[in-house]
Amino acid sequence: MTLQADLAAGLAAKQSSVADYAGRILQPLFLPLAAVVAGMIVFSGFLLLVGKSPIDFYMIVYKAGFGTSFSWANTLARAAPLLLAALCVALPARLGLVVIGGEGAIVLGGVAAGTVGMMVPGLPGVLGILAMAIAASVTGAIWIGGIGALRHYRGVNETISSLLLAYIAIALMNHLVEGPLRDPASLNKPSTVPLPEAYRIGEIPGIGVHWGLAVGIVACILCWVLIERTTWGFAARIVGGNIRAAQVQGLPAGLLMIGFTALGGVFAGLAGMFEVAAVHGSANASLAAGYGYTGILIAFLARHNGLAVIPAAILFAGFEASSGLVQRRLGLPDATIVVFEGMIFIAILLSDALQDKIDFRTLFRIRGRS
Amino acid sequence: MTSFLTPNRRQFLTRTAGLAGLAAAGSALPFGAARAASLTVGFIYVGPKDDYGYNQSHAEGAAAVKAIPGVTVVEEERVPETVDVQKTMESMINFDGASLLFPTSFGYFDPHILALAPKNPKVRFEHCGGLWTADKPKNVGSYFGYIGMGQYLNGVVAGHMTKSKKIGFVAAKPIPQVLLNINSFLLGARSVDPTITCQVIFTGEWSLAVKEAEATNALADQGVDVVTCHVDGPKVVMETGAGRGMYLCGYHANQAPLAPAKYLTGAEWNWAKVYTDMVNTTLKGGAINNFVRGGLAEGFIKMSPLGSAVSEPARKQFESVKAEIIKGGYAVIKGPLKDNKGNVIATQGQSFVETDVALEGMNYLVDGVVGSTS
Repeated sequence: MTLQADLAAGLAAKQSSVADYAGRILQPLFLPLAAVVAGMIVFSGFLLLVGKSPIDFYMIVYKAGFGTSFSWANTLARAAPLLLAALCVALPARLGLVVIGGEGAIVLGGVAAGTVGMMVPGLPGVLGILAMAIAASVTGAIWIGGIGALRHYRGVNETISSLLLAYIAIALMNHLVEGPLRDPASLNKPSTVPLPEAYRIGEIPGIGVHWGLAVGIVACILCWVLIERTTWGFAARIVGGNIRAAQVQGLPAGLLMIGFTALGGVFAGLAGMFEVAAVHGSANASLAAGYGYTGILIAFLARHNGLAVIPAAILFAGFEASSGLVQRRLGLPDATIVVFEGMIFIAILLSDALQDKIDFRTLFRIRGRS
Repeated sequence: MTSFLTPNRRQFLTRTAGLAGLAAAGSALPFGAARAASLTVGFIYVGPKDDYGYNQSHAEGAAAVKAIPGVTVVEEERVPETVDVQKTMESMINFDGASLLFPTSFGYFDPHILALAPKNPKVRFEHCGGLWTADKPKNVGSYFGYIGMGQYLNGVVAGHMTKSKKIGFVAAKPIPQVLLNINSFLLGARSVDPTITCQVIFTGEWSLAVKEAEATNALADQGVDVVTCHVDGPKVVMETGAGRGMYLCGYHANQAPLAPAKYLTGAEWNWAKVYTDMVNTTLKGGAINNFVRGGLAEGFIKMSPLGSAVSEPARKQFESVKAEIIKGGYAVIKGPLKDNKGNVIATQGQSFVETDVALEGMNYLVDGVVGSTS
């Protein structure tokens, strides 16, 4: 009797530990995915209100974003800058900082890269690209790191300052490419002097997407290792959890804030460099394409986890890739995809509030109880 | 404890199964339906196609193309001048079978069209505003119109209608196409009264409604009583200007419906003619020239019908100057002429006719324009 009871209890314990393990893996995935689905359902309501079929809509999004090899090339090309832009939000967020002005670092990183290409055009290709990458990284690091420093030393709210500084960055970029850095030959679209051919970054063979994609994926993995597997990342997470406790423990909270915001800026700056070196060939107003803002949505969807940024960026890039076909096939305005993304973002913010109230594991335990 | 947010397993399964059913039901969609036509033409706009401006003028051209039998038109609006436009063009080629594309924004040309054209040799790329040269791909063409002449005619009417002798211009960026329009507008007005000045305000962006409204109000505050503009969507300038009691000269498209009592005339694109010609040429198997330009005479641009407020003398001079321009060889920029910093632009007897390519590199504001290019 007691033996049987012990066995049964042991079996139950084993079952529940398997369920716990599965739950631990799935729990972080469950809420964001549920939020995406909830956003899709709410958006379906909007589509029905304007007399369009949600099924058609989602089929088109699937087809244009992920359905063919061209769709994948389209999606991955759009994902490349978004990966790096999202890291600029995700890294500071682990310290509890909501930095939403990565756009500024992207734009200025691009200008820095274009300037290097203009000032020192004679280097061998690899060195030239390296020089542009360093210039863009340093620019981004100063721009976003400065926001961390303002927060630490002066108590300036980093959300507001980063957003406002993004406008200043765009104005600065416009001033530079229309003034001191303008190529006189760029008549109706003021730009810096085109980069030498050796400084241009090509495509990854076979998939028709520039190398920024590979760099973005590697950066996401490195960020995950940094945050989850190093003492620096551990310290950063403690600061994010409770800054007073971190300070009591003697952790250099200020340095961590500045360091992680600066690192986020490095990635945003690199995103700008790739736009210039792989897409545009010179720095101009097209750099302000809103990647920094889409990066915010992606970082939140990924819950600021470097690895999760990769699928999240690809998902959002797929949405954006489908925008054109949604316009052409369904006759919906271009803002449709933006509204759709907004719905998903709101659902994700709401799901954050529910984080401790819904436990995915309870879905498994129901079986044990009944 | 079981609520919608914390479902038990049965509820959870029922709901997900419902979703899966929805997805399965949608698997029979008519993709590729657009391929049936003999020619598919793609139009790409940088802004909304109902902006009462640049993009609307092109969308009106696309609408005319739609009426041609055997032609399917696909359109996409608000496509940024980034990798986005490359993907949109590829998408139109891959998903819609488009073989003639009109990416209409200036910034689509370099590097985006130039990157795609060699990869898609069977597709024709026709770009608005660019300067095609012989070293560019052969399946790329550029076209534009001498719309500065329209702004000159705007200026002629404005010169008659202004009482304060101050006219105003809300401009996006100090680039050659815009500077030519500003200078033409003032010189048109000065052909009526040489004491007239033109105040220009640059907003710095092609589409930035708040700044356009501020600029228009600032012009009104300075006593300007006729305003025109060169931004992507003139709607804000027109409505704000009419609200401040100013007369309006339009640009890009016909903005008369926005303020019929105050609208004098406007310099409009006539892409309907240009695009139907190009599409008909393609349908007949002919080749479109790689470098196409035209003005009032060729029907590339047109003037909005004169508004009811336009006085009789203004009407007369407008018609006679328009007839002169249509004859050809008309020069707006002609000596003696200085820029507003005192540098000589043209000496006595020197002139730049509308077709002169030198005008496409303009970098000055003429004497009488109050404002600066930098």
